[in-house]
Amino acid sequence: MPALAEQTPAVPTFYRVASRREDTDDTVTVELTEPDGPIPAFAPGQFAMLTALGVGEVPISVSGLGDSGGGRASRLEHTLRAVGAVTRALCAVQPGGLIGVRGPFGTGWDVASAAGRDIVIVAGGIGLGPLRPVVLTALADRSRYGRIVLLAGTRTPGDLLYGGELERWRRKGVEVAVTVDHADSGWSGEVGLVTALIKPAGLAPGNSVAFICGPDIMMRVTADALAALGIPAGRIRVSLERNMRCGAAWCGHCQLGPLLVCRDGPVVGYDRAAALMRVREL
Amino acid sequence: MTRTVAARISAHPFFASLTEEQRAALAGDGAAVTFAAGERLFDEGGIADRFWLIEDGNIALDMRVPGRGDQIVETLTSGTVLGWSWLHPPYRWHFGAVARVATTAIEFDAPSVRRRCDDDPAFGYAALRLFTPVITERLQATRLRLLDLYASPAQVRQREIQQADT
Amino acid sequence: MHPSEDSALQPPGGAVVVDADGLPALFEALRARGYTVVGPTVRDGAIVVAELASVAELPFGWGVEAEAGRYRLRERADTAAFGHSAGPQSWKSVLHPPRARLWSADRATGSVEAGEAAEPPRYALLGVRPCDVRAVGILDQVLTGGRHADPVYRGRRDGAFIIAVECTEPGATCFCTSMGCGPGAESGFDLAMTELADAEGHRFVVRAGTPAGADVLADVPSRAADEATIRRASTAVDEAADHMGRTMPTQGLPQLLADSRESPHWDDVASRCLTCGNCTMVCPTCFCTTTEDVTDLTGDHAERWRVWDSCYALDFSYLHGGSVRTSGQSRYRQWISHKLGTWHDQFGSSGCVGCGRCIAWCPAGIDITQEVSALASLRDAAAADEDGR
Repeated sequence: MPALAEQTPAVPTFYRVASRREDTDDTVTVELTEPDGPIPAFAPGQFAMLTALGVGEVPISVSGLGDSGGGRASRLEHTLRAVGAVTRALCAVQPGGLIGVRGPFGTGWDVASAAGRDIVIVAGGIGLGPLRPVVLTALADRSRYGRIVLLAGTRTPGDLLYGGELERWRRKGVEVAVTVDHADSGWSGEVGLVTALIKPAGLAPGNSVAFICGPDIMMRVTADALAALGIPAGRIRVSLERNMRCGAAWCGHCQLGPLLVCRDGPVVGYDRAAALMRVREL
Repeated sequence: MTRTVAARISAHPFFASLTEEQRAALAGDGAAVTFAAGERLFDEGGIADRFWLIEDGNIALDMRVPGRGDQIVETLTSGTVLGWSWLHPPYRWHFGAVARVATTAIEFDAPSVRRRCDDDPAFGYAALRLFTPVITERLQATRLRLLDLYASPAQVRQREIQQADT
Repeated sequence: MHPSEDSALQPPGGAVVVDADGLPALFEALRARGYTVVGPTVRDGAIVVAELASVAELPFGWGVEAEAGRYRLRERADTAAFGHSAGPQSWKSVLHPPRARLWSADRATGSVEAGEAAEPPRYALLGVRPCDVRAVGILDQVLTGGRHADPVYRGRRDGAFIIAVECTEPGATCFCTSMGCGPGAESGFDLAMTELADAEGHRFVVRAGTPAGADVLADVPSRAADEATIRRASTAVDEAADHMGRTMPTQGLPQLLADSRESPHWDDVASRCLTCGNCTMVCPTCFCTTTEDVTDLTGDHAERWRVWDSCYALDFSYLHGGSVRTSGQSRYRQWISHKLGTWHDQFGSSGCVGCGRCIAWCPAGIDITQEVSALASLRDAAAADEDGR
């Protein structure tokens, strides 16, 4: 059975849902396994084109790679938010059900390039999903990196992803700060925009690499704030998003000016992305 | 031995754009304070006669919403400035503030600072230039939260429908 | 008419002359090798690209009048079969078809069958203008030159036989010389023909571009091309280069478009552009597609079909639950900036071949060469303003 990457990249391999966890009202995390062959290596930041059979296909960044030992990925993890017909169908697939996978596609976060520096992760909403592999990669090779700082903003406390896991990360030395837009009476954490978490974090801009993922405007505002702090734009990375019909640079949909987000992104340095993100209706 | 207020103001980056003299003058209107966890600093609608530099701790800003109680609208952490309603009439707080954990701060006498601004325009201008960026930043952050960026398309549509109905 | 008596006598790689009545033999030679011949034919008031059952279906004696927003057939004074330009279709209809099945899957087993239901035919493309030869080369780069090769295009392209026909009579909307890809054919073909239809007869000067081309040519009655004929053909092509209907200033074009992102000119175009997408349909290099997933009534069997799409579609670019390019301005800007500018960043060349189809087939008569001039003037004026201050 040919490995996924060697098949024609237009055709999905159908994986089985091994587990399914409801994270919030509209977000689900699924683990996918491929019983017939090895799972191709997805680097943190890369995405797969996931197919809900008979409904359609969407690009979803990988949010985790189960490790069966020996560095081989045993399963693919994706955090999905039900925002449209396809994602609603994907969120509804039960364990044992089929989800088509094509990939990996796109550029990765390149966590290794942050060796010797502090890793600063800023997540907005479901943007925490694509950033989770950055934390896992850094934790798996802890001595290679300086501080690991995670700043996460979300709409309400009920929308916070991976709650229990954030605690485990804290215990392993990740500096986690969370803020919400709207608090409920039980919330004892911060309330406000995620950029308000930056100054208290006391970052060393000269020695930091930043990884940002979330809605376009949130990424722009956060990247600007980090750049104002002194982190060079080339060391600030954003994960761009555009609709895609192929993931392989054939369909033309994911263009942002000169960039094909599926091929030149989704992870792009802010030095390249900043000007493009500012143009109206680009 | 705790440092004097003057020393703390001199050391704090927020006041870096003031001259030595201006910082010393401000220190004259300042005093070190502490708040216990849960202690209320002021109520919405109260007289705005003080403002603070929060040195260490956490303050929640809240507003009284009938039917919903006290809603936290923002939290402020160490190193931020609390309060600007003192800058212009009617000198009344637009929101309330309560310490969420034990908090240390420098408290400034607002009427005294205002008199100093009136008497010394250079000082007044420097003080305004110190505070207006704080206000702009908070305003911008609030506007971005208004955009409700993390909402799903369904939540956005729901809000649009509700707005159309009202 | 001098049927070749011994093909071994023909100069290898040299030009030969094939008379018009030798074309059926060309058809036969192609068919014998398993090709389906596709070429121009008159249909519904236009010259379209279609499967040709016989030579007779070629548009002998038909020419066109093309201008901005206008295309009409006209009867020629001669019997030329390739004396026309700017038809509404290009060879992408064949190599990058409007509909193709990517795969079908069975729900019960999760097994997938790749590709189209049947093997696509191997096509011989007869009558590919040099601009269109370049367009095929551009599609090669876009669809097979990257990390992942498009299997549908790859399959059809690998099996294709290209017969280029040089231009001796450019249309009013043509500007291939500006884009550096015509009116003569230099490479990218199996056979290249130059049509001569005059007092001396209706004939073609033909040369092979590949061994496969030479192989086919060997089965077609021909005679060695004499100096005079070769010269007449090349002169006709050279003169065509001097009679282009339009020009496009290409120097610094990508930079001009990048600089023009906030130009006031887009409002002007938007007042004329209907965002109908005609230009993207007729353009030989526009390649955008979308996919449709369908199931049968039981839901047990699903298929994915790929269909042409256009950047003028409102939901072409979509984010956070809404369209990114809602205004007409932004969509026209996207099309022209991509075609002439960011195509370089993405694929290493211009996306435009100067075929002039977009000009002819735009119902509002928008002329891509004029829009570029307008942008350049505005930018120069703005720069002069800056200097003046």
